[in-house]
Amino acid sequence: MKREIQAHFKASRGEFHLDARFTLPAQGVSALFGHSGSGKTTLLRCIAGLEPSIDGSLTVDGQCWQSNGALFIPPHKRPIGYVFQEAHLFAHLNVQQNITFGQRRLKPHERSMTFDDVVAMLGISHLLKRAVTYLSGGERQRVAIARALLTSPKLLLMDEPLSALDEQSRADILPYLERLHDELSTPIIYVSHSQKEVSRLADYLVWLEQGKVQAEGPLQRVMGRFDLAATHGDEAGEVVIAKVMQHDEYYCLSRLQCCCGELWVKRVAGEVGDEVRVHIPAKDVSITLEPATDSSIQNIWPMVVDAISEVEQGQVMLQLRAAGNRQSPPLLSRITLKSFERLQLSVASHCYAQIKSVGLLS
Amino acid sequence: MVMDWQPVWLSLQLATVTTLLLLVIATPLAWWLSQTRSFLKQPIAAIVALPLVLPPTVLGFYLLLLLGPQGAVGQFMQQLGLDTLPFTFAGLVVASIFYSLPFMVQPLHNAFESLGSEPLESAATLRASPFDTFINVVVPLARPGFITGIVLSFAHTIGEFGVILMIGGNIPGETQVLSIAIYDHVEMLEYSQAHILSAGMVLFSFVVLLSLYYVNHRFEMPRR
Repeated sequence: MKREIQAHFKASRGEFHLDARFTLPAQGVSALFGHSGSGKTTLLRCIAGLEPSIDGSLTVDGQCWQSNGALFIPPHKRPIGYVFQEAHLFAHLNVQQNITFGQRRLKPHERSMTFDDVVAMLGISHLLKRAVTYLSGGERQRVAIARALLTSPKLLLMDEPLSALDEQSRADILPYLERLHDELSTPIIYVSHSQKEVSRLADYLVWLEQGKVQAEGPLQRVMGRFDLAATHGDEAGEVVIAKVMQHDEYYCLSRLQCCCGELWVKRVAGEVGDEVRVHIPAKDVSITLEPATDSSIQNIWPMVVDAISEVEQGQVMLQLRAAGNRQSPPLLSRITLKSFERLQLSVASHCYAQIKSVGLLS
Repeated sequence: MVMDWQPVWLSLQLATVTTLLLLVIATPLAWWLSQTRSFLKQPIAAIVALPLVLPPTVLGFYLLLLLGPQGAVGQFMQQLGLDTLPFTFAGLVVASIFYSLPFMVQPLHNAFESLGSEPLESAATLRASPFDTFINVVVPLARPGFITGIVLSFAHTIGEFGVILMIGGNIPGETQVLSIAIYDHVEMLEYSQAHILSAGMVLFSFVVLLSLYYVNHRFEMPRR
């Protein structure tokens, strides 16, 4: 049987109507993504059982946790870990007592995570005897993650764990989250409004808008559609997973291979064979009809126009895919209306995308 | 001058028993008040607060009628073959529980409400059942509320007069508590005995309140 999480929740609260149905793979990191007020946190709370008044159904890996009024497993009987936006540590317990709170309530055979592993993974061994009052924001959140992990959850739920932190703590904690992604087999559902965080961490995406699912699917596909719809185009862009093929030490460049083609970028840190995620901003992808041979831009890919939308006055967003590959993830290009008309582009036009810059995400 | 310490001893006994019983009664009541969205919340909260505003004689008068041989509770107790409560130590305990109820319920209610839902939800996601959460999370976090409630109920019971006069009378060794004894001494112009007990009360009350403020100050740690 395919391991997945099926959810459908429905509620009306004043102006807000929630009606979301989605299916997530029961592995890797799935993100519930959307602007504030889109209902993503409410959905996560529903999955945890913290919103008993909201009607819905939920099946996790073949087990039914909630079924339209007929069944409701209370939160303390669901095998979940939950990391709140603000750590919500217990003020009367020290760090060690906090992180073992859930573990002590498991039967010995239910404990698949060990204390030492979790403490090491989150780098908090020096904090164990401290009162939680004296922790920094980043430390609090790491303790909260450790506390959730030690309940040996079958599903880890994280509600914007970085949003209450400053830029520095965020940067400090992201590598720990990436370790969770890489080292744990536990599926994670991650709520965020940050495109950057989601691009770095998630494999699967559910995009929510005003309580409804706009799109769901693998990260790259959904992010492309999100970007196409986004009107604040400057940050819009595509996340591409690429493999490091070669380093050129003389020019300080690395050659990456992704599904659209080859990409030369500034020397990356990884080893040959490593996977990296790169962000290609739509505004840095320009279009030509003939491959330029005398350009300073090295990354030129043959593409086909898949979709066109006018994002604002005088600006057009193109969604492209690799020529000859229907399955390729999309690439976004933002060009002026003037160039768009001069080039006489339309859906299915063949063209060349020139990639001026890319941002490395990890 | 012969000093009779029995009223002091009786007052301490009464306050201790009342406070212990109040802990058992007021804790679930305050918890219910802090969690419920029932329409009964406000009426119940108002009833609990009544002894704060009513003259103690009013409370004592109705308790006397209710618990007396002609009252509903009194009749019921007689049918069970028990003595009626007025003019007994047990009667004083019952009256004191009503009289001091708000002093236990309100600090607990405030403490429970100020916890918010966050610790409860955290505990629920960490496999703690509601009862487990109450014992291991709510009670320790609400400790200042418990201390305030215990101290105030105890002190308030030591200081009660009107209710006891109405329902207990003035039976030495049974219902003659400290405040009644002071009244007696004054009536009989035994001012030196009245002085000793009264000054003792002033000192006792001051020490109780002072320690309460110190203890609560110590617990006012930054929460986050």
